[in-house]
Parts: sequence; structure tokens; C-alpha cells
Amino acid sequence: MTNQIIQAILLGGYYALIACGLSFMFSVMKIINLAHGSLLVFAGYLLWFFAEHYHISPFVGLLIVIPVMMLIGWALQAFLLEKSARGGELLPILTTFGLAIVIENLLFEHFGANTRSLAPYIGDLSWESWELFSGFYVGKTSVYILIAAIVILGSLQLFMKKTALGRQIRATAHDPDTAGIVGINPKRASAIATALAMSTVAVSGLALGVRGVFDAYSGGPQLLFAFEATIIGGVGSLWGTLIGGIILAFAQTIGANIHPQGFLLGGHILFIIILLIRLILAKGGVGHRLKFALGVSK
Amino acid sequence: MMTHTTSDGLLANGIVKHFGSVSVLKNVDFSMKTDEAVGIVGPNGAGKTTLLSALAGAFSLDEGSIFLNNQEVTDKSASERCSLGVVRTHQIPKPFGGMTVFENVLVASSYGVDSTKESAYQFALDAIQLSGMEHVANRQADSLGLLDRKRLELARALATQPKFLLLDEIAGGLTEAESIQLVDTIKELRRRGIGILWIEHIVHVLLQVAERLICMDSGEIIADGDPKTVLSDPQVVKAYLGGGVE
Repeated sequence: MTNQIIQAILLGGYYALIACGLSFMFSVMKIINLAHGSLLVFAGYLLWFFAEHYHISPFVGLLIVIPVMMLIGWALQAFLLEKSARGGELLPILTTFGLAIVIENLLFEHFGANTRSLAPYIGDLSWESWELFSGFYVGKTSVYILIAAIVILGSLQLFMKKTALGRQIRATAHDPDTAGIVGINPKRASAIATALAMSTVAVSGLALGVRGVFDAYSGGPQLLFAFEATIIGGVGSLWGTLIGGIILAFAQTIGANIHPQGFLLGGHILFIIILLIRLILAKGGVGHRLKFALGVSK
Repeated sequence: MMTHTTSDGLLANGIVKHFGSVSVLKNVDFSMKTDEAVGIVGPNGAGKTTLLSALAGAFSLDEGSIFLNNQEVTDKSASERCSLGVVRTHQIPKPFGGMTVFENVLVASSYGVDSTKESAYQFALDAIQLSGMEHVANRQADSLGLLDRKRLELARALATQPKFLLLDEIAGGLTEAESIQLVDTIKELRRRGIGILWIEHIVHVLLQVAERLICMDSGEIIADGDPKTVLSDPQVVKAYLGGGVE
């Protein structure tokens, strides 16, 4: 039992980490990035590519992949999302859905159907563990992933709250036109925010690769876990994302205990229950209730 | 034929703006000096707010040009014009939600004229004091009443250290006593040498500050000059009260 609780918390850390970027874009820019999972897998492939062909450790590879993903984020916002966001709330969802398909198929075309993993490139760390107390072991990578999630979420929270750039991004997220009037360049602020979100996606790609295997179409499940963690934790709170990730992992663990096939189902059922409760608690029309349930409006 | 004259101050030459098939600004020429307080009146739909938005850079013009202290700013964005010293307020206040009053003002002071990290806090504090918002500085902007929202709109604009402040019906919806408080603040801005361009329907409030009055109707300036002269102009009276029955 204790072991399962500890493992659920560690798995929650992974969910929180992969949800960071999605939650950040969702809460700050009100964009549900359906390409999040595919971009995460893309970052994983980049790290694998440098490790396989240039013998660069995935940890060192992050020094290259983080800036690359930030550049991609900047370009995505400047050339795609900024324009589509002006066309209403649905358009960015469709745009990122299409983008996910494009990324997945390009990855498939280039890397094929074989699964890849970053575990072979991190040495003994991939299997090493600590013995917490007699008979209870925790994998080192899982602990590092949980720590990474806490550090990244905390840093983002502090950055948004305490820095001029963070305030600039929050103001732009609330009202880009008014932000422009008080001297902020809203396009630049949004592009920086997307670049930041993509930097966390790079780290998530590393986490995905060192925990297990991935292929071109692994983005879908990752997106689903990240989305569920974000919604369960409540959009708008980055710490909520950490809690959401851990609660999701607990629900999956309980599901697995009830039935061996119930791991994923447990998480989905909890997600739907929380969504339904929020729908019932919300006031107003169907559209507003749905937005409230998803956390788009308060 | 469009004239291309430039001079110190804020200047618009032959500006034209269409929204779809509707002409909202029809070849408007406008100018004001840095130390002037200019009021704009006119019936609804006259193009007053559109003129303000055009000067502040909220959209691109169909025709014409805008100059700020001899520098053409026609193609500059709202944020670039703000950093050059032109800032506007909204008719319906638009505070940044999820932020305190101080944070709202600090955001603006960080991107204003000659702002540095150190000076931004001081500019924000000054703007909050000048607008009389010290008592609510740490409150969430969403929770403010109308007067405080209007004050915040003003404080946020002031924090950018403007040379020209464009006010859009900032006294609208306020009580007489509240309007007087607001007028005192705007008079103080005049003393500090900030150029004021103020759209207001409550004319007696406007005239406490404006030394020059412009009347607009159907996208054109129909009168411009001393407030008393403008208000007694037959064209202005007709625009406000409608034409007689023929």
C-alpha cells in the first residue's frame, strides 16, 4: 500500500511535468494546444537523434533541444497561433489538431515505426533506485522527474508573479489590445510565453524517453494525460497542475487495483466525474458551463 | 488635396477610416500642442472614439498620416506610440484581471517613456498616488467599483509617463462628486504639462479642463476653437439637437 502511494506520487510528478507546458499555454494564453503531445515526442526524438548519432548524453542534449524547442514555440506563436487565435476560440484547437497530425506523420516518415528510448544513453541511471526503507524502492529517474516538475512549476509561478516579463505576459493574456495601449508588444509577449511553454516540453520529452519507449504516435496518450492532469488540477493554477497530476496517478493506481485493465480507465473516470461536477456547479448557458468546467472562464 | 504640414505636438493629416462600407473618419485634420487641453464633443457615432483610437494606433488608417513632435508615427503600433508618449484610456475600463491594482499600474510603468527597472516602481507609485488609489493598491483589479476602475484606467495611462493623454469618456457613469474628484486629478496633469485630449458627453465637466473644444459629426470636425464659440455654433447646435422641420 505504502509502496503504491509512493509510486503514484512519483507517476504524478511525471504527469505534472508533461502537463506544465499545456497548462501554461492553457491558463496564460487560453490556447488548448492539441499538438502538445506530438511536440513532446518530437523533443524526445531530437534528444534521441543527438544521442544516437553524436553520442551526446540526453541531459547535455537538452542544452541544444531547449533552445530549439523555444525557437519552434516562438515561430508557432508568431506565424500560426497568433493569427488563428484572432479567429475565435475554436480555430487554435483545430490548428493545433492539424499540426499534431503533421508532426506525427513527419516523424513516422523520418523515423519509421520502430520504438525508441533514451534509457540506453543515460547509463545505470535508467534502472538505479534508492531503497527508502526495507523493501521499498524508488527509481532515481522517477524522483528526478518529480523534482524537475516541482522546480519547473515553481519557477514558472515565480516568473509570472514576480518579474516584469511575467506581468507583461499576464496582461497580454488578459487583453492583448489593452496591453498594446500601455506599451507592451502583445505579439512579442505571447511569443515569449509560447517559447517558455516549449522549453518545458523539451524537458518533458527527456522524461518520456528515459521512463520508457516512444514512437511517432506516442503523442496522443501523453496529450491525454497532460490534459487530464491540467483539468483535474484546475486551469489557472500551476501548482494545481502538480496536484492534478498526482490525483490522476492515484486514480489510475486505484483503477489498476480494482481490475488489471483498469489503470487508464481509473484516470478517465475521475476526469469525467470532475468535469461533470464542475458542469453542474457552473451557472449560465451550456457554452459557459463547458468553459467553466474546462477552466477557460471563472 | 491632402496637406502635409508638421509641427510640434500631435498631428493628423487627412485621416480616413472605413469600417466596411461605413466611413467613420472622413479626411480629418487635427492638431494639438503638448501643453494644450482639448475637448471633443459630438453625437454618438460622430467618430470621436475612432479619432482617439487612430491617434493611439489601435488600427491602421485607410488614408492620411499622423505625426508626433515632427516624427511620423502612422505605421507605428499602439505599443510603439505609447513608448513615444501617446497613451489612451477606454470608455469602458479594461483592467487586467487576475492582477492587483499595483500590478496593473506597474505593467504600464515598465514600458513607458524612459522607463527603467528602478524607475518603473516609482512611476507606478506616483501614478497611484496621483489618481488617489493608495487605499486600494493591493486589491484585485476585478473587484473595483466603477470610479476606482476609471481611476485605475487613468493611473495605468499615467504610469507610462505620457506626453499626450487621450481620455475617452472617463467621467461617464460617475456621480457629480466623483466627477469633481476626477477633474481635480486631470487639472493636476495639466499643471505637469501633459497634453490632454478628452472626449466627454458631460460638457460642464469637460469645460473645467478644456481650453479648446472640437465638435465632430458624421466623421468630420465641424467646429474647432474656443469652447463658448464652438458650443454656440449653429452647426454644433444642429448636430446635437437635430435639424428643424422644413
